Amino acid sequence: MHLLEVKNLHVEVDGKKILNGLELSIGKGSVHAIMGPNGSGKSTLAHVLAGKADYVVTQGEVLLDGEDILALAPDERAAKGLFLAFQYPLEIPGVATMTFLRTALNAQRKKRGEPELLVPEFIKRVNEVSGKLGIDKDMLRRGVNVGFSGGEKKRNEILQMALLEPRLCVLDETDSGLDIDALKVVSEGVNRLRSPERAFVVITHYQRLLDYIVPDVVHVLSKGRIVKTGGKALALELEATGYAQYRDEAA
Amino acid sequence: MNVEVRPIKTAAETALATNFAAVKRALPGAAAVSALREAAFHRFETEGLPHRRVEEWKYTDLRALMRDAKPLADAPDAAAKARARQAMAVLSSIEARTVVFVDGVFAPELSDLADLEAGLTIGSMAQGLASGDPHLVAHLGKLITTDDVAVALNTAFMGDGAVIRVAEGAALARPIHLVFVNAGKEPASVFVRSLVMIEKGARAMLVESHIGSNGDEDQVNAALELKVGDAAHVDHVKITGRGAGALHVSTLMATVGAHARFNEFLFTTGGAVVRNQLFVRFTGEGTVAGIRGASLLKGRQHADTTLVADHAVADCTSREVFKSVLDDEGRSVFQGKIIVRRHAQKTDAKMATHALLLSDTAEANNKPELEIFADDVQCGHGATSGDLDEDLLFYLRARGIPANEAEALLIQAFVGEAVEGIEHAGLRDALMDQVVAWLAARK
Repeated sequence: MHLLEVKNLHVEVDGKKILNGLELSIGKGSVHAIMGPNGSGKSTLAHVLAGKADYVVTQGEVLLDGEDILALAPDERAAKGLFLAFQYPLEIPGVATMTFLRTALNAQRKKRGEPELLVPEFIKRVNEVSGKLGIDKDMLRRGVNVGFSGGEKKRNEILQMALLEPRLCVLDETDSGLDIDALKVVSEGVNRLRSPERAFVVITHYQRLLDYIVPDVVHVLSKGRIVKTGGKALALELEATGYAQYRDEAA
Repeated sequence: MNVEVRPIKTAAETALATNFAAVKRALPGAAAVSALREAAFHRFETEGLPHRRVEEWKYTDLRALMRDAKPLADAPDAAAKARARQAMAVLSSIEARTVVFVDGVFAPELSDLADLEAGLTIGSMAQGLASGDPHLVAHLGKLITTDDVAVALNTAFMGDGAVIRVAEGAALARPIHLVFVNAGKEPASVFVRSLVMIEKGARAMLVESHIGSNGDEDQVNAALELKVGDAAHVDHVKITGRGAGALHVSTLMATVGAHARFNEFLFTTGGAVVRNQLFVRFTGEGTVAGIRGASLLKGRQHADTTLVADHAVADCTSREVFKSVLDDEGRSVFQGKIIVRRHAQKTDAKMATHALLLSDTAEANNKPELEIFADDVQCGHGATSGDLDEDLLFYLRARGIPANEAEALLIQAFVGEAVEGIEHAGLRDALMDQVVAWLAARK
């Protein structure tokens, strides 16, 4: 069974069709890149998988371990092991990062029937991961993402991903706004999490990120559908030719 | 004077007149105090209860809201004091010196008056009035003069309260916690009046809690006159909690001297109809003040904060931040006026008020005003009201946090921004615990 199966997915936002019969199957342990021009539906796919309201699914199914998750609330999907790394992580003044992380982790554990993590064990785990990502303790004491640079926000997303240990990680344009050093730190963080049990959907506009997070499969998304699927060489090809031909193909 | 006496109309107004005639001779104080009471009552008779056509009371129409006037509370009996003892176990974590009033009457046996720090005196208003304490008579009603009718009623009926003085240069190690408990068996009205003088260079923290043991049936009119001396550092936190009254009207009249630090905070979760009036006047230059508050209201609770911050002198800084969280049919009112007088150059005053509406039937009324007569000042105000940010909620929920917990986190953060203005960490934590408890009770 595939970890994730998206079947004939049609999605509207404000009455406008964004996804038009999207099909996607992802097995455990694999990294799939989804590339496409602006407006092709990349971020919509990410948000629909995570369960954001305002995205209306008019047809199709999204199966996680064979179970349709479209009726589940975002927090229920997260507890089942789905994680979305946001393109624009939000700032939450007044909610300390540590409180946020602990609340999230324990809420998921509770829903899965696991015991809550005790504070010393939790702090130990945060320190292990944050050290590798270059996130200092002062940042963790501040409000979530408050006063963080673009790169720090993305590193914080990876920190959350590492702590929550999801099985399906959806990265929505994680490379946007990152300089080359930050891109390396973030990519290394992602690569450390690669495992035979975990799969990644890496959504990106540019091939650059895929030099660091090397995909097993590359899909091209255009006008709400996957129009081409290939190996990692496809990303390089796109870098050379651009998206123009795919715009025409889907038309 | 050629003032037309307005005929008294409502049942409450009639009852107040009957009550005053019945009790005035028994109220504490000699001739000078009686004259003060009579003059104040005359002021009430002239104006009647404030109503919606009185601009300052536009959103809290006392004439309509006050159906009757409850009889004055009896002196508490042993049972009332026992109930009070249970109710007053609040904020024990801050290890304050507790000074307790039960149904408006000083209860020394419930208070902690042992080993007063050097320079600190604590007394009873009733005793001070009865004995004609010259210090008290010299200052009572003198810090801020106002013709506000609620204050006039307080002056007419004032029974007991705290009289506290912190001498020049004295620094109190422990906060003082004035606990006003409503514990009578029958609904009653309580008029408490306190005078607190923090002299030059002194440091004091004053917490004032209004709570009850018998639900919200009482009518409370509390007034506090507070002098913050030059270079003094004073915090005043007023907590209006459960049982604070069906009608709870409270007035702070404060003057703040030069180079002082003054932090005021209003925390309101209780009371059915609450009106907190703050009249704060800056009388010396170079002072920094924070005037903040948070109200959490549900059911049909109504809480009105009416503030006048009077920058009468130059070079003072004030920050006003008020937050309200409104569920069900809760209604918050904020009327904030900053006055900058002609000579008050270099005034830096910023006022913000934010309401979070958790239901479609909640209501927030915000009325910020600036009256600026000086030309070299920095003043501003902002007001917002809205519901929780859907995108923030989604972010939290995408991390596995269920909807109710995500909402609670965001509400805590919203209130926390105001509570952070309180300097005492233990008190901040205690109030945030109350926020958490309020949120837990909501579900």
